[in-house]
Amino acid sequence: MALLEVSNVSKQFGGLAAVSNVDFHVNQGEIVSIIGPNGAGKTTIFNLLTGVYDVTEGKIVFDGKEIQNKKVQHIVNAGIARTFQNIRLFKNMRTIENVMVGFHQNTRYNIFDLIFRTPRFRKYEKEAHIKALEVLHSLGFEKYIHTYAGNLPYGEQRKLEIARAIATGAKLLLLDEPAAGMNPQESEELLEFILGLKDQGFTIILIEHDMSVVMNISDRIYVLDHGKMIADGLPEEIASNQMVIEAYLGKSEDDAAD
Amino acid sequence: MDKRDKIIWLVLLAALIVLPAVGLSRYLQRVISLIFIYSMLGLSLNIVTGYMGQISLGHAAFYAIGAYTSGLLSEHFGLNFLLTCVCGIIMAGIIGWLFSIPTTKLSGTYLAIITMGFGEIVKVVIVNWESLTHGTYGLQRIAKPEFFGFQLNTTNNGLYYLCLIFLVIFVLLCIAIERSKLGRSLRAIKDDPLAASLMGVEINHYKRMAFTISTAMAGCCGALYAHLSGYVDANSFNSDVSTLILSIVIFGGMGSIKGMLLGAAVLVSFPEVLRFVAVYRFVVYGLILIVMMVFRTDGILGGPSKRPYVFPRFVKLEKGEVTKNGTAGGK
Ligand SMILES: Nc1ncnc2c1ncn2[C@@H]1O[C@H](COP(=O)(O)OP(=O)(O)OP(=O)(O)O)[C@@H](O)[C@H]1O
Ligand SMILES: [Mg+2]
Repeated sequence: MALLEVSNVSKQFGGLAAVSNVDFHVNQGEIVSIIGPNGAGKTTIFNLLTGVYDVTEGKIVFDGKEIQNKKVQHIVNAGIARTFQNIRLFKNMRTIENVMVGFHQNTRYNIFDLIFRTPRFRKYEKEAHIKALEVLHSLGFEKYIHTYAGNLPYGEQRKLEIARAIATGAKLLLLDEPAAGMNPQESEELLEFILGLKDQGFTIILIEHDMSVVMNISDRIYVLDHGKMIADGLPEEIASNQMVIEAYLGKSEDDAAD
Repeated sequence: MDKRDKIIWLVLLAALIVLPAVGLSRYLQRVISLIFIYSMLGLSLNIVTGYMGQISLGHAAFYAIGAYTSGLLSEHFGLNFLLTCVCGIIMAGIIGWLFSIPTTKLSGTYLAIITMGFGEIVKVVIVNWESLTHGTYGLQRIAKPEFFGFQLNTTNNGLYYLCLIFLVIFVLLCIAIERSKLGRSLRAIKDDPLAASLMGVEINHYKRMAFTISTAMAGCCGALYAHLSGYVDANSFNSDVSTLILSIVIFGGMGSIKGMLLGAAVLVSFPEVLRFVAVYRFVVYGLILIVMMVFRTDGILGGPSKRPYVFPRFVKLEKGEVTKNGTAGGK
């Protein structure tokens, strides 16, 4: 059975059908990309998967459990974490602290442990620090451990967002345009990094406009246009799909018509 | 806390311990004790405003609740100060918690206005619930704290040291909060609540917890103040007090523990120092705040630190694993 199964999901914003009757699935260990023109509803799908928005209709099953309309924290616990199209780091916190916030749910002590510095407090704080360092090492972030997130170079901020998502203990990572604003060399590095995540056993859904990234790392691709899934398949199938080409080329005509 | 911080704290503490030995006048003792209490009030509001970024303009209300709870229990039942103080803490904390339930979702201006309104309500209740609070007469001759038959007063410096001990406890508590998952969660909420919730931080729970801790701490300050001054009435807790507490947090530097002490020292002693310019002292005072807002929005000691992150002592790192600038050495 698929790790994530989305059936007939719709999201309506007033009169606007941002997502309509969308079906897709993601298997364990896959990298699946969602592509589509601006305003197609890609980010909205991430917001539905992570509980930021409630679905208007439809069902989302993750790891055998229905998660649509569940609370955000519940979904993080279930094992889905994400990054944001517009970077949303904790800018006034250090890199290591950002990652430790990701460990929040697994840092299990209460206010009394904190005040009296009980062994439990020490155990979990120690664990959070060590694990955060591990994650930062795996990213090659040694020199940035003390840096405030807001002061990191742009590309590193995107990576830190991924690190923070990993820290939640997620099985499924949702990456919203991680290569946005990167130069070709940076996006090449990012590509390697994402493939590395796959080797570590993460399942990934990627929203990306950079076709060189999408075509190179996706196992499968879904194409969204005006809130509808218009195609899906292997990268080479999508590259030659007439509807996809039209959706992208037709975009400028739509804009003119708007 | 790194070495430099530790030295600063220890030197400051030592200085404050020996200070009364030089023979402080009653007046100076009172001013310094007041600075201690306002430092503590600053520390308490710092949790909500400094770490979490929510503004409260009604902190004096919880300060008042602590003072009246402790003062009345002492008046009616003659209970020991420590006991009445704990009751003051609990009462302020419970009311703070109840207050936080309907206001969890509010922030910014809305929360500022609601908290200000709450401050006024508490004042009105104090004035009008005469059977309990003696109305405008206030609480008179509140007993000085007594331990084992030994009364703390200004002659034996007892009140000074009592306030100092409470201040030390408050500072330790705030350091513990700052360097924990609670502190990190509050700062994460301040920076980006949505991202924080997507990291699994239970926003509403933490907002209420911060508010409860903060108001309970304010209640403690109230109890201390009531027994220190021996007299309180509704005017001891008017909106000027709330404004002063918020000013201490902003001036000292949001999120900075040292900043609260500095802020209280400056803002509480200023009106005293500036007595000679009489009515104009509030002009000077206001001017300072405006200049701060324009030129140093982080407050004097707030904002990002230039020094490396300090790992807790119990986290033993392998040598060279993390090095100095970007990289703190050894363990
Ligand atoms: N909270 C909201 N309220 C109203 N409309 C919204 C909301 N969020 C998204 N929309 C609308 O839904 C549509 C899909 O938006 P979405 O952000 O999902 O697009 P996208 O595919 O991520 O586009 P892009 O490539 O530009 O990021 C857009 O028309 C957008 O204006
Ligand atoms: Mg988007």
